[in-house]
Amino acid sequence: MSTTAPVRETGPANARPAPDVARFRRDFPILARQVHGKPLVYLDNAATTQKPQAVIDRLTQFYSRENANVHRGVHLLSERATDAYEQARETVRRFIRATDRQEIVFVRGTTEAINLVASSYGGPAVGRGDEVLVTTMEHHSNIVPWQILCEEKGARLRVVPMTDAGELRLDEFEALLSDRTKIVAVVHVSNALGTVNPIADIVRIAHSRGVPVIVDGAQAVAHMRVDVQALDCDFYTFSGHKIFGPTGIGVLYAKAALLDGMPPYQGGGDMISSVSFERTLYNVLPYKFEAGTPNIAGAIGLAAALDYVDSVGLDRITAYERDLLAYGTDALSQIRGLRLTGTAADKASILAFVFDGVHPHDIGTILDREGVAIRTGHHCCQPLMDRLGVPATARASLAFYNTREEIDALAAALDKVRVVFA
Amino acid sequence: MSAGSDLQDLYQEVILDHNKRPRNFRTIEDAHKAEGYNPLCGDRLTVYLRLEDGRVADVSFQGSGCAISKASASLMTDSVKGKTLAEVEELFERFHQMITRPPDEPVDDLGKLSVLAGVRQFPIRVKCASLPWHTLRSAAEDKREIVSTEQEGSVQF
Repeated sequence: MSTTAPVRETGPANARPAPDVARFRRDFPILARQVHGKPLVYLDNAATTQKPQAVIDRLTQFYSRENANVHRGVHLLSERATDAYEQARETVRRFIRATDRQEIVFVRGTTEAINLVASSYGGPAVGRGDEVLVTTMEHHSNIVPWQILCEEKGARLRVVPMTDAGELRLDEFEALLSDRTKIVAVVHVSNALGTVNPIADIVRIAHSRGVPVIVDGAQAVAHMRVDVQALDCDFYTFSGHKIFGPTGIGVLYAKAALLDGMPPYQGGGDMISSVSFERTLYNVLPYKFEAGTPNIAGAIGLAAALDYVDSVGLDRITAYERDLLAYGTDALSQIRGLRLTGTAADKASILAFVFDGVHPHDIGTILDREGVAIRTGHHCCQPLMDRLGVPATARASLAFYNTREEIDALAAALDKVRVVFA
Repeated sequence: MSAGSDLQDLYQEVILDHNKRPRNFRTIEDAHKAEGYNPLCGDRLTVYLRLEDGRVADVSFQGSGCAISKASASLMTDSVKGKTLAEVEELFERFHQMITRPPDEPVDDLGKLSVLAGVRQFPIRVKCASLPWHTLRSAAEDKREIVSTEQEGSVQF
């Protein structure tokens, strides 16, 4: 068989690739490597993104020149580390357009942020007979914490359904909202489908019934401008490693008024203002929610990643990725036996699919040997897989450093899958 | 074809054939049975086992999974018929060695089962090939809980 990629002169969006992608790719040293003797085609960005030199350098610089604990020492390095850590908080605030830095809590990742809210907001707010509203397309991390809460409280988890294309049924959502609904938990961009949910509409509808909304933004922040004030959501969560930053650092944004009324999530150092055996006074926001020595280097590395993204420009990233996604959708649609899962009108960065008679796991193995890294499996969305009626899917997920040539390599590798399993 | 040689080792014609037309792909009434599950990729199969005088009188499977797990289950059912449980256990040992030994080390010739030797070049796929065997063992022991590739104590690698 031939390994030549089919030539696609005319995509649905006929725009030329942004001329500077080659330059941006050079910012990511790992993209130059080979796997199995083939150039790496990294299309697993929804699992984690690669890191630009600016982030790697910032971490090295911190550990080689600036490392100290924060909020404690009177010495120079501690002061510098504290400044850099708090500057990182300011960078996050600006990046997601929050009003105040006290609304930015550093956590380990999206999962911890959601658990924090389930525990510290959900704990007091949800009681017997109450309801928590999630959607069919949630990641396990936005299901299980609510399930645990509901079990503990004798509350009920309700699920907003979606269409076959993977769009939320807003009419059903509205119908499911009731006086018993205490919180709505919804994903901004589905990691398994790519659906971009209309968060501002969802928030408006929920607020009209007095219900707060928590948004899982893990798959959104690297692909589109997120403005938490414009969305008017009550909680927004994301992970650093999915936006070119380090692992182990993430962000919980919460409206100050809500955070203020919430009990601490964990007890320990840094989250107190004074401790005696009789009584502990908690620290002010956001420190009340940051017990123990935080991931200082992680926060600083995340800030470097956000600065890097801003230097590229999120609007440019969004436009480029939209074109690339259209090109990829077109390329994959031409492959016989392949069916895209997730065909919402508003989509970002995800090309998920199944192949007639070929299990996704086998697709993943064959693609890997072609240098093409994708994810196969249930994507931590088992209820969604059940809804789609498949045990698993294959998923290529894009970042702004991916190219049309890489989509062609994916299509060529998928041709090989078809030949092997013909 | 131009697939890499290790890919050709993995996806041999015999394996692709067993994937497409799995042997003994049916249920058996009143048989021992056990369920196997790989939560990482969603592979799910049920192994049915009928014993007579301590020997495998009939064995079959049902379920869905990747080519490797399906072919492995199919080949397994073909190769254990007529064997005592001790012989099945011994064959599983040798099979397991075959798919986990480093690629440069020699392995036993296991007849038809040898087509799965290519799995050892793909360590991540070992669980796919061994799940049917673990499930068969569980069926023989009449265990009720689902065999999971990710469950402490039920499957060792």
